Amino acid sequence: MNNGPLLFLGIFFTIAFSWSGIVLTNLVQQTEAGATQPLFDKDTEKVVPAPMTGDAKQGQQVYAELGCVYCHSQQVRNSLSRDGGTSVDVERNYGRRPNVARDYIQDGRIFLGTMRTGPDLRNVGQRLPSVDWHMQHLYNPQITSKDSIMPPFPFLFEEREIVGEPSPKALRLTGDWAPPPGYEVVPTARAEALVAYLLSLRTDYDLPEAPKSVE
Amino acid sequence: MSSAPSLAAAIDPRTKMPQERAELHQIDESTRVLALIFLGTSAVWLLVGTIFALIASWKLHNPEFLSTQEWLTFGRVRTAHLNTVIYGWATNAGIGVSFWLMARLSRTLLRHAGILYVSGAAWNLAVIVGTFGILRGDGQPVEWLEFPRYVTPLLFVSYALIGVWGIITFRFRRGEHTYVSQWYLLAALFWFPWLYSIAQIMLVFAPTVGVIQALTNWWFAHNVLGLWFTPIGIAASYYFIPKVLGKPIHSYHLSVVGFWALAFFYNWAGVHHLIGGPIPVWVQSAGIVASLMMVIPVIVTAINHHLTVIGSFQQVWNSPTLRFIVFGAMNYTLASLLGSAMALRSVNSVTHFTHFTVGHAHHGMYSFFTMVMFGSIYYMLPRLLRKEWPSAFLINVHFWGTAAGITLYVVALSIGGWIQGMQMNDVKNYPDFLQIMVATKPWLFARTIAGLMIAVGHIAFVVSFVWILIKKRTVEETSPTLFNTPPTLSLKTS
Repeated sequence: MNNGPLLFLGIFFTIAFSWSGIVLTNLVQQTEAGATQPLFDKDTEKVVPAPMTGDAKQGQQVYAELGCVYCHSQQVRNSLSRDGGTSVDVERNYGRRPNVARDYIQDGRIFLGTMRTGPDLRNVGQRLPSVDWHMQHLYNPQITSKDSIMPPFPFLFEEREIVGEPSPKALRLTGDWAPPPGYEVVPTARAEALVAYLLSLRTDYDLPEAPKSVE
Repeated sequence: MSSAPSLAAAIDPRTKMPQERAELHQIDESTRVLALIFLGTSAVWLLVGTIFALIASWKLHNPEFLSTQEWLTFGRVRTAHLNTVIYGWATNAGIGVSFWLMARLSRTLLRHAGILYVSGAAWNLAVIVGTFGILRGDGQPVEWLEFPRYVTPLLFVSYALIGVWGIITFRFRRGEHTYVSQWYLLAALFWFPWLYSIAQIMLVFAPTVGVIQALTNWWFAHNVLGLWFTPIGIAASYYFIPKVLGKPIHSYHLSVVGFWALAFFYNWAGVHHLIGGPIPVWVQSAGIVASLMMVIPVIVTAINHHLTVIGSFQQVWNSPTLRFIVFGAMNYTLASLLGSAMALRSVNSVTHFTHFTVGHAHHGMYSFFTMVMFGSIYYMLPRLLRKEWPSAFLINVHFWGTAAGITLYVVALSIGGWIQGMQMNDVKNYPDFLQIMVATKPWLFARTIAGLMIAVGHIAFVVSFVWILIKKRTVEETSPTLFNTPPTLSLKTS
């Protein structure tokens, strides 16, 4: 081990090997297999997975800025037991089927996540389709989910004096949460984009390589 | 700074130096300013990172705390904590220790350190701007790479200079023999800029499509631990344990196996962060196998570190350096073996996505790496400044605050995380997620208590650090500051 160049070559080779194996091989393999391309579903005449809408794209940016990924994953895992069986994530209603690589190709930046301080969000648009619920929950999670440890995001909302007609977008807040009389709480554009993004999170299509969806 | 021709001559090992072999104190002298810049800034970042940590930890059981400030929302404070302790504290401390070790072991002076002063300043400037950017919301949403893209080129250039300079220092080595610590340092200094530049390109500047991002992300993030911090921590342990005890390491030949097994297997282990996820099963299995194979280098290192220490526990207990480093080395063994176990599918299905993983990350980064850095600093500063540590009491507070604090931290989150994982997998008895979340609160509160204990230790450390810098050098000091002065070292008073 006193041979400098040999030591250096070994150091170079080991990192090159892991990068080629983990990153490059998978990149080539997935590209070759066409797993990075969307499919055309003949029955519904739709492209799956569907491209993200503009609103959802902006909402994804808010999701990134606020660091949602540090507490919420976005992946329905396969069954981890040796004999197959149903996935716990599917049982918990995180989604109707485990996710596969192709599900993420339209996402741009992906948010697989590594933590479930809060629940998985890959299909939150399917599980909780109500805009009102999400707005209240983001304004203060205690309104919809008492004792939650999720932080409130009051800065995504604006409390303002009602001038003329109340806004149709104003949050329906009651009891302690209600603003003073003559005032209303309305979501900012960021809150609306974020909710649009959350509602867009749904794996509601089948793929040939993915396990069948459960009903 | 010097002119170009002299610089070219200086980095050419064929250049004859005036003296055949530099003396130890000359070598220390040549690294002094550099080491003080990196270690001094690392201490400041340690405090900054601790403040972010406490805010984030408090928020997890009191979500209303500071919740009206977007800059301080959990997702940002937590990220500011991670990036300040990783790129501010741990990297700065690691660089300071590495250069000092590399120059000593290569028995050569550090040349043209001016370039390193500039890189050090640039690195720290980038961390300041980057942390500000994260709090502002400019961060990249990629774990461990959150610094905004406007600072990462500066980080890369300043680090690349540091890495190249470390390798040049190694090329100037004197004598036939290279010591095991040098292999690890050389490898770490080379690996980090590679990891960082590839991850930046493939995740930030030209992101790849879909789940390849996740694979690149965890190849990078786990390797920052495995190929950057771990080798520096092991290099320092391999140096200080035999050095302070005055006896050779247990089996020098085994260390060769340990080094190459780490280089070969650690690289692949990162995929275990994606077990069960939407990535090919073969690459998950490869990650699991590599994680298990890590048992080999860990056992080798354990044999060398622990069997060297056996029989000298009294010395370990009396020496601040060794008390920290041996605590770190013991936790390296423990954290690594647990880490290998966590990659098993059956264990992973419980611990994945829980606070168990957070506990494990701190076990590796703090109980091992950070404690080894503390121990190294306790050895280095008196030699760099030619003064002794002013107060054994402060060092004691530092040791007990951090050692007890981090142990409580890891134990609390491991138990809490395990319960959380078991409940998440038991849909029948725990159908409501909120119920599981509420059950983690007491463990998260225990984490805050642990964090406060660690913070007390850090304050004692920084007070010591500032004190030794400003105190006057006295002639009476002839013995080092130890916890208990052994009879052979006591000063004659008559």
